[in-house]
Amino acid sequence: MTIDRREFLKVSAGAAGAVTLSGLAGCATTSVADAKAKIVVVGAGFGGSTFARYMKTWAPQSEVTLIEPNPVFTSCPFSNTVLAGINKMEDISMPYDYIKKVVDNFVPDTVTAIDTAKQTVTTAGGKTFAYDRLVLAGGIELLYDAVQGYDVETRKTIKHAWKASPDQTGVLRQQLEAMPDGGTFVMSVPKAPYRCPPGPYERACMVASYFKKAKPKSKVIVLDGNPDIASKKGLFLAAWKKHFGYGTDNSMIDYRPNNMPRSVDAKKMMVGTEFDDVKGSVINVVPPMRAAKVTGMAGVRTGNDGTWCPVNYLTFESTVVPNVHILGDSALTNFPKSGSVANNTGKMCAYAISEMLAGRQPDPSPVVTNTCYSGTGMGTAFHVATVFRWDPEKKALVPPKGANGVSKEESELEMAYMESWAKNVWSDTLGLPDNYNFTAKG
Amino acid sequence: MKKTLALSLLIAGALGAVASAHADPRARFMAANCSYCHGPDGHSRGAVPSLAGLEAKYFVDQMKAFRDGSRPATVMQKHAMGYTDAEYEAMGAWFAAHK
Repeated sequence: MTIDRREFLKVSAGAAGAVTLSGLAGCATTSVADAKAKIVVVGAGFGGSTFARYMKTWAPQSEVTLIEPNPVFTSCPFSNTVLAGINKMEDISMPYDYIKKVVDNFVPDTVTAIDTAKQTVTTAGGKTFAYDRLVLAGGIELLYDAVQGYDVETRKTIKHAWKASPDQTGVLRQQLEAMPDGGTFVMSVPKAPYRCPPGPYERACMVASYFKKAKPKSKVIVLDGNPDIASKKGLFLAAWKKHFGYGTDNSMIDYRPNNMPRSVDAKKMMVGTEFDDVKGSVINVVPPMRAAKVTGMAGVRTGNDGTWCPVNYLTFESTVVPNVHILGDSALTNFPKSGSVANNTGKMCAYAISEMLAGRQPDPSPVVTNTCYSGTGMGTAFHVATVFRWDPEKKALVPPKGANGVSKEESELEMAYMESWAKNVWSDTLGLPDNYNFTAKG
Repeated sequence: MKKTLALSLLIAGALGAVASAHADPRARFMAANCSYCHGPDGHSRGAVPSLAGLEAKYFVDQMKAFRDGSRPATVMQKHAMGYTDAEYEAMGAWFAAHK
């Protein structure tokens, strides 16, 4: 009996529920071990790069192609410290040199088309790559059109800094440095779900910490599209009170819930909400977002009114298009859209695919975790930590009792752990060597 | 030290021998769950301790101490509550076998 490689690789967790593989595995083992499964990964961030590294570790015979348009890895976690003046862009940027050596094929290019019937991916450079399994880890697509006036010209002045880069995070830092004392920094929080739930509230801390040191008459106005602080609420409120006078007449932070930005005007330096127009010396509006553009090309962005990608929790394979897996922020799950989750689910997906390549079922009860630190900009930090386990009744990964919670209070110890987390997750994601010289500080 | 090393290897070997073909990749995956904080293969580059090469019993005892609160923790009590005793042992054996 022979099993066609393509047919074999098509066995997914969804199908595996009905078809038991154990009978097939015995006769398929040789042909599968000989076959080089072609795996194409789009995006070398926390999800894609981690996936690629672990895929090559756990199934070295697989042929992994990693496609990434950016010349270097720039970390969104820790990018708020650049706004505070604690780190510079180069401190949160790392080369792809090491992951390049791990994968079979590193392609510095942009994906322009995906054909899920022919199972091919085409790039702007005109190259086409065939795949047995496609892994989409492209992060998020920002929806500028949802905010009136957020056109190409306006984007030269108003930055989102929600994808860290010199043109975004770097320019926003320059704007804060150029701002006179007594100025107002107006920032926004998109409606949940969005990338990095605590990130905006951490950003308020980080910018306020810079103002406290360098421009004490300045203020931070937070326009939140949500009805309340969406993550680590008690800890952020405590930090705002302790360090920035929140709740007093002299508060450096002015928090306004239910204030979704509807329009921006770079000439008048104004943000319009449903309630009023807010003037700012520096404006930082994060537009609404959805799963990465590449997920639209593959037809897998079908959840939540076409904004995020539903996945099978055991394999992270799309529930609508076979052999397409979605990692990181693009996936529609109950996990927070964090760097740790992208890293950990990258491994989970590599584990599931490597098990299938070995002729076994994917683990029916996987465990994934999240550990997410937020800094105050004042030498302290705090966390949320969660373990997610497979629940057969809910058909989802959910935290067991006690396996989810936040810090009791901010601390310097957790700042040291946050800095350590960054170095370790960057190393784990990009395959940085033991002696890599990190310069980022907490 | 040599004795404990030999013992760890013995335990890891025994576990590998009796476990199903499925158990080893699962232990390897769960150990990899730790690495975004504890470093690739348990080799930390920061203030968080390395796990590579720890004695399996020490690893298991610490996880139990985190779970019952007898060892103070920041994030580790939550993580310890998310795994079973058998999983502590599988991860402990993996880290013991990987220096």
